Amino acid sequence: METRINKFKSIVPKVGLLVALAAGTLLQSCNSSGKGEDANIKESAVAADAATAVYVAPGKHDELYSFLSGGFNGQVAVYGIPSGRLLKVIPVFSQFAENGYGYNEETRPMLMTSHGFVPWDDLHHPKLSRANGTTDGRWLFVNGNNTPRVARVDLTTFETVEMMEIPNSAGNHCSPYPTNNNEYVIAGTRFSVPLDMKGGTGDASLSEYKDKFRGSISFIKVDKEHGDMELDFQVLVPGFDYDLANGGKGPSGDWVFFTTYNSEKSGTLKELGASQNDRDYLAAINWKLAAQYAAEGKAHEMPANYYHNKMDHGTHRVNSTVKKKVRYLLPEECPGMMYLIPAPKSPHGIDVDPSGEYMVVNGKLASSLPVFSFTKMQKAIQNKDFDGEVNGIPVFKYESVLHAEVKEPGLGPLHTEFDGKGNAYSTMFVSSEVVKWSLEDFKVKDRIPVYYSPGHLMIPGGDTKEPYGKYLIAMNKVTKDRYLPTGPELLHSAQLIDISGDKMKLLLDFPTLAEPHYAQGIAANKIAPNSVKFFKLDQNKHPQAVKNEKDVSVTRQGRTVKVNMTSIRSHFTPDNIEGVQVGDTVIFHVTNLEQDWDVPHGFAIMGNNNAETLIMPGSTQSLRWVPKQEGVFPFYCTDFCSALHQEMQGYVRVSKRGSNVPIKFSTGVKKPAPPATAYIGK
Amino acid sequence: MKAYHKGLMVLAALSPGLLFLFPMWKIYLKAPQYPEGLELHIWVNKLAGSSESVLQNFNILNHYIGMAPIHAESFAELKIMPYIVVFLVVLGLVAAFLGKRKLVLGWVILLMAGGAVGLVDFYLWLHEFGTNLNPQAPIKVPNMTYIPPMLGRKQLLNFEALSLPAWGSLGVLLGVLFSCLAYYLSSRPKAA
Repeated sequence: METRINKFKSIVPKVGLLVALAAGTLLQSCNSSGKGEDANIKESAVAADAATAVYVAPGKHDELYSFLSGGFNGQVAVYGIPSGRLLKVIPVFSQFAENGYGYNEETRPMLMTSHGFVPWDDLHHPKLSRANGTTDGRWLFVNGNNTPRVARVDLTTFETVEMMEIPNSAGNHCSPYPTNNNEYVIAGTRFSVPLDMKGGTGDASLSEYKDKFRGSISFIKVDKEHGDMELDFQVLVPGFDYDLANGGKGPSGDWVFFTTYNSEKSGTLKELGASQNDRDYLAAINWKLAAQYAAEGKAHEMPANYYHNKMDHGTHRVNSTVKKKVRYLLPEECPGMMYLIPAPKSPHGIDVDPSGEYMVVNGKLASSLPVFSFTKMQKAIQNKDFDGEVNGIPVFKYESVLHAEVKEPGLGPLHTEFDGKGNAYSTMFVSSEVVKWSLEDFKVKDRIPVYYSPGHLMIPGGDTKEPYGKYLIAMNKVTKDRYLPTGPELLHSAQLIDISGDKMKLLLDFPTLAEPHYAQGIAANKIAPNSVKFFKLDQNKHPQAVKNEKDVSVTRQGRTVKVNMTSIRSHFTPDNIEGVQVGDTVIFHVTNLEQDWDVPHGFAIMGNNNAETLIMPGSTQSLRWVPKQEGVFPFYCTDFCSALHQEMQGYVRVSKRGSNVPIKFSTGVKKPAPPATAYIGK
Repeated sequence: MKAYHKGLMVLAALSPGLLFLFPMWKIYLKAPQYPEGLELHIWVNKLAGSSESVLQNFNILNHYIGMAPIHAESFAELKIMPYIVVFLVVLGLVAAFLGKRKLVLGWVILLMAGGAVGLVDFYLWLHEFGTNLNPQAPIKVPNMTYIPPMLGRKQLLNFEALSLPAWGSLGVLLGVLFSCLAYYLSSRPKAA
């Protein structure tokens, strides 16, 4: 009897859960079939609905990839949506001891700049590459804010493959914005600086801000096939702060819009100094015309000094080249290329709706959201409806380009995206909410609190002409009590919101790494099928690669010892090395001979003033080590690769400087070849 | 033999040619950490599989139990068999054109004998790999052998092995079938 009761007890909650799940499914199907007959039922079912809406069963895949910038961690975090599962961390501007990025010889050059090796940056905005105005899932462009750089992540490998330093820029915040077919990726400076006209900042008195400081907007050309970047030209612009940008689409596809602040040109205590004017500007640049001017010889050229770092496909090594000049345009010499639209003071986001007609300016200190019309802007250009000019750049009359103002949207509007169904969603930093409003009557339709103080939000494709208007992610700056406390430093929080119905519904709350400033989302099927499983060993062109265990070597060249070795389950070849001396520079070139999915081998050696390196199947990576004392130093595989992973280790004997111990290396005592040699090349 | 008998025999003769288009046999391996599975395809002239590196991956797994690495070069059969198949095809065609029933009968016996020898050879290799284990192997399970199944399913430690004939073998079967049919049908009395 006792057991029966227990059985009953254990079944009841399961039945309950099933009923809840079934109800959730039913309600979902109601949602999708019609506009929901009974709003009350929906409201009361939010909890069950939310759980089923984000539940991705074990072993099943998410509907979407999302790429959240990491801000001050210099990385991109990849989350599955709707589950909120962390899928990957992609190191871009920061060294990543976890896999040796920025530590091993292959990737260190990626972080080289004209300032030397810069192991960190502040990564703000990820932007997916585009084809025909929609995301194509090939690359992700991201900006380094602190030491101006734009990087490209290859979405077949989820690796940083290219980095372009931006000259004449400081605080590459207004970046990187791809045009509708990746013709250009555009990067604007946040801090204007005095330009020395040699590609750097000049030595000027800080009191000379108004006269000497200038901003720049860079136009990086992107190779259609391979994505390779090239800084084509820059536009030197008035010395404001350039905050964010977004490209037009459809009718406005030739244009890019930038928000500016500090049109006061204040050089100190900008908190106040940059907040005096009632209006700052929205800058509009016709990029097609700019490219034409540059091509037609309107461009000047100045000497410069900036790095372009690119991973070679075959060798998987990064090569740096130093660029020595840059072309630039002056707006005053290029009529019709650039205009200024007065905007509420100190605006943050500028967002263009999917049709390309409306430009929404998020004035964080303003009480309304102005919506400008591209058609009106075209008319104003025709009618020369200007209100003076700044540095030779015509300024429109506010009213002549304004289409509507969204009244009382909330406090501190920062950023807006669109659902493709006629609605816009704006984050309100100060009132801590997301506000939904209509692009038809420009009235607020719904609001939902978020936790707390959202910066940006993201609707997958919400910045393109084809939004995937089902989900919205709010990325918040303040976390406080949302999760179990972890001391003074907390992860930031994000909320996943269902925007498929009339009312927004909170589905999920999840912590995010460092500080996401923006994100991108894309249907999984645009990326997943192209994901590389491993690198083909016979395509490995690394000059130090060893493709057969018989060909391993240890060679001394002066005070450098080169170890060309291999790893395969579950041994290194060689695993006994002698003849190294104190003070030698030892470089281990390790080739992972595996040709199977998910079999990385790591390599680390005791006392190394360096990280480990994690070598993917088929690739070669090199780790530098300078032993400082005599002894025997174990090395081992750091990634649990197999049942005999713990046995995957070896020793390096380090003798005193000038010792007569000869270079010697081996694996296995009796048999020269270990039991399972790779068949490759046999 | 009438024309259609000859036609049947031509079909019979060409059928073993399928061995050049499809593998003879497939061995499937599945384990918890190999959800995608590993497939070894045995062709008349080569070893292949579900991916280019399938042999390397088989060998890596097998070396823990001390199984000798599998290399295509170790099998003289892979060099000889294609000639035997071509020979059988040509012989079958000759039998068809000559239209001699005895030749047809001889051919089908030869083909079946060839198939039988192939199967025995296959079994012997499986036995050799499964039992001739390196005594220094890291993983030793007392009294355990690892003879893969020749036909059907077998659990070998964490791997579930499944072994099945593939389309290439069907070619041999069809050859036997068509030639037997040709032989049988052509035996009818003329004035029936």
